Formats: sequence, structure tokens, C-alpha cells
Amino acid sequence: MPGIKLSEKTIGIIQQICSDFRNEGSELINVLHQTQGKLGYLPAEVQEVIAKELNISVAKVYGVVTFYSFFTMIPMGEHPISICMGTACYVRGSEQVLAEFKRQLSIEVGQSTPDNKFSLNCLRCVGACGLAPVVMVGDKVYGRVSPQMVKNIIAEYKEGCAAEAKSA
Amino acid sequence: MKKMAKKIKLSINGISLEVEQGTTILEAASHAGIIIPTLCYHKDLCIAGNCRVCVVEIAGQKRLSAACATPCEEEMEILTNSMNVHNSRKQIIELLLSEHNADCTSCFKNGNCELQKLASDYKILKQDFIRLVPFKNYTIDKYSPSIIKDDSKCIRCQRCVRTCAELQGINALTVAYKGDQMKITTFFEKPINDVVCSTCGQCINHCPTGALVEKNYIEKVWDAIADKSKHVVVQTAPAVRVGLGEELGFGPGERVTGKMVAALKRLGFDAVMDTDFTADLTIMEEGTELLTRLKSVLVDHNPEVKLPMATSCSPGWIKYIEHIFPDFLEHLSTCKSPQQMFGALAKTYYAKARNLAPETIVSVSIMPCTAKKFEAARPEMHDSGYRDVDYVLTTRELAIMIKQAGIDFVNLEESHFDRLMGESTGAAVIFGATGGVMEAALRTVYEIVTGREVPFENLDIIPVRGMEGVREASIKIENPLEEWAFLDGVELKCAVAHGLVNAKKVMESIRSGQSAYHFVEIMACPGGCLGGGGQPIPTSPEIRRKRAEAIYAEDTGMPLRKSHQNPEIVKIYKDFLDHPNSEKSHHLLHTHYTARERF
Ligand code: SF4
Ligand code: SF4
Ligand code: SF4
Ligand code: FES
Ligand code: FES
Repeated sequence: MPGIKLSEKTIGIIQQICSDFRNEGSELINVLHQTQGKLGYLPAEVQEVIAKELNISVAKVYGVVTFYSFFTMIPMGEHPISICMGTACYVRGSEQVLAEFKRQLSIEVGQSTPDNKFSLNCLRCVGACGLAPVVMVGDKVYGRVSPQMVKNIIAEYKEGCAAEAKSA
Repeated sequence: MKKMAKKIKLSINGISLEVEQGTTILEAASHAGIIIPTLCYHKDLCIAGNCRVCVVEIAGQKRLSAACATPCEEEMEILTNSMNVHNSRKQIIELLLSEHNADCTSCFKNGNCELQKLASDYKILKQDFIRLVPFKNYTIDKYSPSIIKDDSKCIRCQRCVRTCAELQGINALTVAYKGDQMKITTFFEKPINDVVCSTCGQCINHCPTGALVEKNYIEKVWDAIADKSKHVVVQTAPAVRVGLGEELGFGPGERVTGKMVAALKRLGFDAVMDTDFTADLTIMEEGTELLTRLKSVLVDHNPEVKLPMATSCSPGWIKYIEHIFPDFLEHLSTCKSPQQMFGALAKTYYAKARNLAPETIVSVSIMPCTAKKFEAARPEMHDSGYRDVDYVLTTRELAIMIKQAGIDFVNLEESHFDRLMGESTGAAVIFGATGGVMEAALRTVYEIVTGREVPFENLDIIPVRGMEGVREASIKIENPLEEWAFLDGVELKCAVAHGLVNAKKVMESIRSGQSAYHFVEIMACPGGCLGGGGQPIPTSPEIRRKRAEAIYAEDTGMPLRKSHQNPEIVKIYKDFLDHPNSEKSHHLLHTHYTARERF
């Protein structure tokens, strides 16, 4: 995991949110919600501060963050790309699709491109198994995605290059 | 007297019975001699009701109910073996197996696995469900010197999660994600060796499958035994002798000390000696340390010396306090655990006495504990100039070796420990039960201070015994010997805790200044070492009670019951160590601790 050092200011923000909820462990979900609202995402270092402030185990915090899909542990790019790794999609080759996204964008899962345009993420079953393998970019759903389609999907979001990609 | 609970009449499989209100169907069935299979249920833990193999049919209800989580009601008619139940149960087992990496023949739990037993009982001969294993991205974590965690064997019953939370109060393990991605993991899925885990192994002891097992060193020990150039020394912890029999044809609580020694000799160990010897030694060192601390605080008012002093024989407890209460490390006795004292002496004192080159000695220990594997691997445990303890085997691993060697354990003739570090007293054997170290220490300390035996009938210090999570006791010192005059009238306050969830309570009361203890004994595992993470599976409250009875019976039967009477202890101070807490003792038998992160 890439180590991030939180600034004093960020730690202060988290501590403030925790104390707004009386540092109570039972308020974990609310605390996470507000923190994500302020910071955009919940990386390991943020979860550690929250666990300490609420005096609960970090593993528990992690359990809750991973359980609810509206929490995210990675900074979102302008166009967050999510690949479904649920069983149906996996069986139909979502892993190869993911590999192609990684190759095209030169980033790993959980990272964003240097220009912050794209971020790459894996999802559990999004409930569209009939369309497997499924990819989402922002809110838009792409079904029956093959590795060959990846380049075009990315191109749709690259300003200026879109026309070029289409003609290709 | 307990208030009589209301009685409820019901029938199970046509058998009428009466049970107390609040009894679950599972419990009622077992009263009626009916076994309902379970997986997520464990007597030590809260009911989770998530695996559903315990389903039963209740007349008038369409849906089947989980027997472990459903209380009996008046006039209930329950069927535990209807066709509906039979088929559902079978389907549940099949579903579990469809995502289970069932390579039983190469699994450490082969032969002692609850899932395997169910599959065998229900004869799951063909798979109607898709095999999902090839599509899963399971991880195996082998980095810890104590624990192997193999997610491909996990049925997500969450017994481990509840164990770590309810018995140990740590929550190193959690349930992450949901649906078909749900998994049991640590913070950010780090290796278990890199998180707050105490390595106590309680999760291993409570896991029904091969998903959590000890890292085993059986082959390494066989190699050492086979190597003619090595002299292999083995030590056995107090609690092993009251547990080992359960793996080898005896019932819980049957003592097998003599047979265990005989079996170890047959396995080919060159010397079979006893951790009980160093348990006695611990009492000498720790008792002296306690008296020194009392003097520094009460007479010299030295602010650097901390009270209460806490025992340090349980490496699970040590790792816990390093993570969770790193600001209290000065309270820990500096004594190493008996295992590590033995290890340091095996390659020095024993080597010298037997004229052996220390580098040819391989030192093995048999422990009820997985934390001792971690402890033996700590970098500071090299005071003999070598690694003090080379391999640590659990009680279960020893049983496996005995089976592999084809030893008929039940009919084995008893044998005795080898001399030099094989003699022990009743005070040492009770180290295996919660409260035992306290009792052993008081027997010796009180006598050092007053010249008289502890004022308890037959030396049995009953207030520190039992299975209550936290127990307190105090003993007033009157008419001490001249040297200890400053202790006259002092009421020595003690506390005993077992299970880390109870350790936390004691530590918090110490931190808040509520309790003015002088001495606290803490054991990481419920019941103390007799309920250790390396002991036979299953371990339950009844089994712990039986092992404890066996320990105290062993104590009562010993000719010597106070550590300072052990003739080999007298000898080692005369020939080698000089006196307790001497310079040499400090070098070999004492240690220091490391503050660790909380996650
Ligand atoms: S955990 Fe049990 S069922 Fe699974 S492979 Fe091991 S022995 Fe077999
Ligand atoms: S690791 Fe073992 S105890 Fe924990 S959930 Fe999996 S099978 Fe159950
Ligand atoms: S070994 Fe003990 S502390 Fe570590 S995860 Fe298992 S139960 Fe928790
Ligand atoms: S598995 Fe991908 S949508 Fe269901
Ligand atoms: S044993 Fe009853 S639901 Fe698991």
C-alpha cells in the first residue's frame, strides 16, 4: 500500500469529525461518511486515525468500509473506471479486461493516472450479470466488454483524441 | 440459589421433553440424545446463526429454523431429520463445498475437520453446484512464525472473528466485503504477522476447518532427530501433560505425564526434560524481582520502579501489551518465559554439564501454545549465543509425531524425565492453569519473607483458582523475618486474569488508578495454558475445567510443592547462577520488551 503521510490539518479534520460524534464507536458509519465527504476517500491512514479516535480496532473500521460500496479507499479520478469482478463477470473474462485497462492507462488497481483523469477500481457484482463482463465509467455501464473494446472506451473520455479514436 | 426458570414442554422427533425457558432447540436436542450438526456454533462464543447447517423443521412453520439460534417454545414439535431437513442440510453442505478448496489429503486438518466430517457423514458424492474454486482469488498467508491462514479453506463461519473479539478483545480479524466476495481478513488484508494479533492461536483452536492452523515444524524436528551429529533436547510445558491424552485415546483431564515422557524417548530425543523445572526457576527469579520492587517502592520510594508487577510467562500476553498498552511495559517482570529460560540454559548450563558443544544442540519445546513459536523467533532470544529454542511444537503436533511413529500410546509404559533440568515441584505444574503462577509465587515469596508456609490449608490458595475472568486476592504479611521488616502488616494485593479481554479490564483499572495491586498474573488464553491455542481441538468450558482438575491433582500428588524446594533448583544456583537475579541470571533469564503499533 503506498504510504501516505497525513498532514496535521487533515488529522485535525478527522479528529473534529470524531469528536462531533462524541468519539463513540457506534457512530463509526456516520464518522466515515462525513470524513469521506470532506476528504473524498478513506485510505488506510485515515482509517487508522478514526480507529484511534473512536477506540476501536482498525480491522473493524476496514470491515465496515469494505462492506458498504459507497465508501471508497482510493482517490477518484475525473472518470472513475470500475471493472466488475463478481463471479459471472470473472468467469466471462473480466480479468483480461482489467489487464487491458491497466496496460492502456499504465496504472494499477487503486491508482489514478498522473493527470488525475482516470482511476481504476474493482467492484463486486453490480447486479447486471446478464451483461457480463461489465465495466462502469462514472455512471455509465458498458456490457459484454472485451479487451479489444478497452481502447475505445478510454478514448471516449479523452478530450481531443475522441475523433481520432473513432476513425481508427 | 438460582431462581427456577419456567419450564417448557415440547417434542423433538416425537420424544417429549421439558426444558427451561431460554433453552435453544440445539441444547434441548442434546438433552434428548439427538445430535444436530453445527458449524458456526461454538460453546465458547456468542451465537452467530450464519451457517445454517443446524436447520430443523418446526411443525406449522414453512421455513426451516436454525436450531442453535432458536429458543424452545411451549408445545413446539420439532423434527431434526425430516426429508425436508435432510435435503436442505445436504444442499447447504454442498454449497459450502462448491467454493471450498477441498484437497483434504494435503490439508493439515485432514482427519480432524468439522467440514470434512459433515461431508463424510452426509456422503456428498457428486457435486450439483458449479465448482467455484478455480474462479476465486484466494490468498494463503504464511508469514507468521505461528499461524497459517488459508482463505481457500474458510467457510466464513466467523468463529475466529468472534474468538478474537469476545475472548481476546483484540479484533485483529474482521469480516470484509459482502456477498460472494465476503472474506475473513485483517486491516487492509495485511499479513497476520503485521497486525495487532497476539499470536495466541485461539482462532486456530476455534476454527472448524483448515483455514487457520499452526505453522508446523514436525519435519524439521524429524530431520534434527535423524541427524547423528545433533543432540536433540526436548522440554514439555506443564499443560501438555493434561491435554495430550485427548489426541491419543484418553478422555479430557486424564494425566499422561509418564507416557508422554516415554513416547518422547521413543521418538528419539536425546534428552527429555521439563519446562516445569524452569517454571520453578521462574518463581525464584520473579519472586525475588517482586520483593526487590516492593522494597524500591515502599522503602526507597524510587519513582522509576513500577508496581504492580505483571507476570511475563505468556508470550501472547506479552505481544498484546506491546501493541495495546506499550506505555505499561515497565510493569512487566523482566523474566523470560519458562520456555525461553530453558532454551538459554540448554545451550549453556546443560551443554557444559554434559560436555556438549552448544552448536550441536537442537532445542525443541512442546507447548500448548502458538505464541511460543513467535516468542522463540524473537531476535532477542539468543542469549546463549545461539537461538535459544530452535523449534516449538504444539501439543497437537506432538500427537501427530507419536502417531507417525506408530507408538501405542495407551499401553505405553511410563517413564521419567532426565536429570539436571527434569525435576520439578507441584508449584511448577500449576503454571498450566490460570492463577497457578500467582499461587506458586505466593507459596515461595510468603515463605521467604516470613519463614512460614502460606496460611492456606494444604498450601492450596483457593481464592486465586477457578475460571472467573478476573479474580482478586490479598494476603497479609505478619511477623516477617528481620530482613523484610518493611513488609510487616502490608496487605499484598493480587489479581489474576485469563483471556485477553479480561487482561484489558485489569490493565484499564490499573491505568485509571482504581486498583492498588502489587502483583498481577495474566495469561492470554482462557483457562490459562491448559486452554492454549496449541491444545487439542475441541476445547470447551467443560474440557478446560477437566484439564484444570487434572493439573491440581498432579500438584497434590507431587512430593515437593514449593519451587524453592526443588533440589535441581538449589543445584543450579550453587553450581551456575549464584543466586536469583544475579548477573548471570540477568544475562540468561531476563529480557526486555518492544513497543509495537496498534494496528
Ligand atoms: S479444511 Fe477440512 S474439508 Fe477442507 S480440505 Fe481441509 S480437511 Fe478437507
Ligand atoms: S477462518 Fe476458520 S473460523 Fe474463521 S471464518 Fe474461516 S472457517 Fe470459520
Ligand atoms: S491468534 Fe489470537 S490475537 Fe491473533 S487473530 Fe487469532 S485470536 Fe486474534
Ligand atoms: S458478476 Fe458482474 S454484474 Fe454480476
Ligand atoms: S450452527 Fe446454527 S447456524 Fe451455524
